[in-house]
Amino acid sequence: MTAEWLDIGWVDQIPVRGSRTVQVEGGDDIAVFRTAEGKVFALLDRCPHKHGRLSQGIVHGGAVACPLHNWRISLSTGEALGEDKGCTPTVPVKIDGGRVLICRASTLKAAA
Amino acid sequence: MKHHPLKPEGDTRDHLVVIGNGMAGCRAVEELLARDAARYRVTIFGAEPRVNYNRIMLSPVLAGEKSFDDIVINDAEWYAANGIALVAGDPVVAIDRGTKTVTTRGGETESYDRLLIATGSDPFIIPVPGKDLPGVIAFRDMDDVDTMLAAADAGGDAVVIGGGLLGLEAAHGLSLRGMKVTVIHLMPTLMERQLDEAAGWLLKQALEGRGQTILTGADTAEIVGDGKVEGVKLKDGTLIPASLVVMAVGIRPSVALARDAGLAVGRGIQVDDHMVTSDPAVLAVGECVEHDGQVYGLVAPLWDMCRSLADGLVEQPTGYRGSVTSTKLKVSGIDVFSAGDFSGGDGCEDIVLRDASRGVYKRVIVKDDRIVGAVLYGDTADGSWYFDLLKKQEDVSELRDLLIFGQSFASGGGAADPKAAVAALSDDAEICGCNGVTKGQVVSCIAKGARSLDAVRGTCKASASCGSCTGLVENLLALTLGDEVQAGPKTMCKCTSFGHDDVRREIVAQGMRSIPEVMQKLHWTTPDGCSSCRPALNYYLLCALPCDYVDDQQSRFVNERMHANIQKDGTYSVVPRMWGGLTNPTELRAIADVVEKFNAPMVKVTGGQRLDIFGIRKEDLPAVWADLNAAGMVSGHAYGKSLRTVKTCVGSEWCRFGTQDSTGLGVKIERMSWGSWMPHKFKIAVSGCPRNCAEATIKDFGIVCVDSGYELHVGGNGGMHVRVTDLLCKVATEQEAMDYCAAFIQLYREEARYLERTAPWIERVGLAHITARIVDDPAGREALRARFLYSQSFSQDDPWAQRAEGAEAEHHAPMARFTPQEELA
Repeated sequence: MTAEWLDIGWVDQIPVRGSRTVQVEGGDDIAVFRTAEGKVFALLDRCPHKHGRLSQGIVHGGAVACPLHNWRISLSTGEALGEDKGCTPTVPVKIDGGRVLICRASTLKAAA
Repeated sequence: MKHHPLKPEGDTRDHLVVIGNGMAGCRAVEELLARDAARYRVTIFGAEPRVNYNRIMLSPVLAGEKSFDDIVINDAEWYAANGIALVAGDPVVAIDRGTKTVTTRGGETESYDRLLIATGSDPFIIPVPGKDLPGVIAFRDMDDVDTMLAAADAGGDAVVIGGGLLGLEAAHGLSLRGMKVTVIHLMPTLMERQLDEAAGWLLKQALEGRGQTILTGADTAEIVGDGKVEGVKLKDGTLIPASLVVMAVGIRPSVALARDAGLAVGRGIQVDDHMVTSDPAVLAVGECVEHDGQVYGLVAPLWDMCRSLADGLVEQPTGYRGSVTSTKLKVSGIDVFSAGDFSGGDGCEDIVLRDASRGVYKRVIVKDDRIVGAVLYGDTADGSWYFDLLKKQEDVSELRDLLIFGQSFASGGGAADPKAAVAALSDDAEICGCNGVTKGQVVSCIAKGARSLDAVRGTCKASASCGSCTGLVENLLALTLGDEVQAGPKTMCKCTSFGHDDVRREIVAQGMRSIPEVMQKLHWTTPDGCSSCRPALNYYLLCALPCDYVDDQQSRFVNERMHANIQKDGTYSVVPRMWGGLTNPTELRAIADVVEKFNAPMVKVTGGQRLDIFGIRKEDLPAVWADLNAAGMVSGHAYGKSLRTVKTCVGSEWCRFGTQDSTGLGVKIERMSWGSWMPHKFKIAVSGCPRNCAEATIKDFGIVCVDSGYELHVGGNGGMHVRVTDLLCKVATEQEAMDYCAAFIQLYREEARYLERTAPWIERVGLAHITARIVDDPAGREALRARFLYSQSFSQDDPWAQRAEGAEAEHHAPMARFTPQEELA
């Protein structure tokens, strides 16, 4: 019996305008972001450009700036913003009673 | 929002009354003002309680890409400056053509000499049971957007009825806002009026890939709910739950007022080529009109109509001849373009290009050697070129073989240069779709003196709305003016209209204490800035308030947050401080132990005389620091916009040429200045003689010892553009060398812009300015030095020690670990 959603912890564990990661065995990490508005998003922790760790970037508005070359990635769609082209897989997130849940199937697919 | 001035005394001008404060009504007035600003006294009535905004940009507002302020076309000042009376929020409900008056819902009556009806269109609400339930809305104005945003905040399911342009943009926005969205479309393919089946299918795939549910061939039977909407029932019995239903099945010209007034009305208000209705005193323009049997629901025809209308109103009639339209879907990341007729038929030939792996589909429909239609999916770069050829009915037989590969190919490769492509466009090619501005208009506006992007935006409005044609406008500026293009005032970033110096001055003048306060008081256009302005503001506040300011870690670049340098594989490199480049067996042993214990794959001697340990994992950083701290070492700040290193040579203690103790002075200076945050990295060197082994003359601050004292050099750097230092002055004693160094650092900290190194800063302000502040003004120098040392009293805490002790240590570790076989650890 496997759950459809993975409980990864409390919302408060993620700094506002910051990020934490979820390690996926055998795959890439998932980066979990919390915006100034309090929304939580999850993306593969890998910039579509040169695979920078998005979890280490500056979160502003609904986007994160990759620490390697400052590509801006939309947290909701995973798409590169502005002139840059590329897309990082996203993982659906839901918040339940302060707990952060991420979609199991998407996590496996993204990290594979 | 009502201001309703009485007719000014002695104003004998004809009174033009405009019903409709939307895109058509205001554009018509703008066109009129541009021709003869004094001709009419103007009053505008609007149903919505707000100024004129760009309705086609509501989708980006819903999607969170723009704010309402971004899409305002004319603000309150525009109405005032042009003497226009605006009555907003009190719609006109009756026209009396006999007395030439209009009456509002609030009971006010206004007389007119000329009346312009620009009522636009009304959303079509399908007559199904439940259509009036709370939670069922259209997508037409800002109030609808507000309703959708409120619904999205509560989350849940949304149903969008209608898979056309508007419906899909609504669905996209709601989906981005976190709702689970189902699109119900009556026809078998999406956007069937603009796209053929192939493109419609690609679009459906893409939207489904983003998590939307798309039901085509689905007919709505009723909207169900008890007191508020709860779901949508299809004719096949399917029930889709929904807390919000958006009806976007189409629009109908808003003609009720005109019909009640007895004007000729067909599908829309019937007008002639000069936009005059069946009553010569009454004109109409925009989506509410029918011209030559056609009604339009897109923005481009409206600009053409407004031009013809204004020409007629100043008695230089040109006449409107109908419009050919093109469509772009404003869903970010999905490029769709269509123009003209793609239904095929006798004599039509299709040229098709498909590239499945890139998801590209291009189809150009040619009839009698002329393009009659185009559908582009995935790569729409050539849309405006095809559209231009189509509108001009150009013979494409010569280009035919290469047509489908686009303009750069078909014109022989030369146009791969974007400037050449813009140069090749004809004068009537449209540059700005939002504001209907042609290349000829942009060029003439530049010729009349608009010498910067801002000036072009301010005059002919090209690229002033959505900005997607900014590149084209910039190319036109470059083509027309060559090197004379003026850069606008350089702003800090796109979040603000202020430059760095303005922001710093205001931070100090207004005593601002936090980043949100700066953003609020200086009208930042983004909610929380961007990765350019946040680190700059954090630094400016830190510099202004060394004692009080609480550093915002989330506004720092990763290296300054992690106190290590991120490498391309996501690991970090760690550089412990070695004062003046000196080390000892304890330190070397500790470093060797760390390298072995954490399996660091490489250790390197840096250009600044330090040891750099590579390949440390983020989660190991606190442990590495703890080990290095235990051996007495602190962070080397090799990662920061801060003092990096003081490089030294061995000096008089060992070297036969040495004139002074350069090593000892280097250590003292590093002890004084370490830990200070700066606009950019800052490097110091001390050489013991003019042979300059420490390379002091390419450092931000360099000291070259001579027999009679110390030469102080400033503003050098290595790097991409090597700059040799300027000689600032010569001093006699070691203490003076240190005092001047502290004063120079503080001047740089207070006056340079964030991310400006000393070299470009000195080039900008001039060496004379530095000399005047540091050398010629002893009191000022002492004050600078004192401010630096005061600031240092707060900044010389080892960030490694704090973090090794546990401050935010958990942020280095993953939040959770997921092992697919065992589920969550």
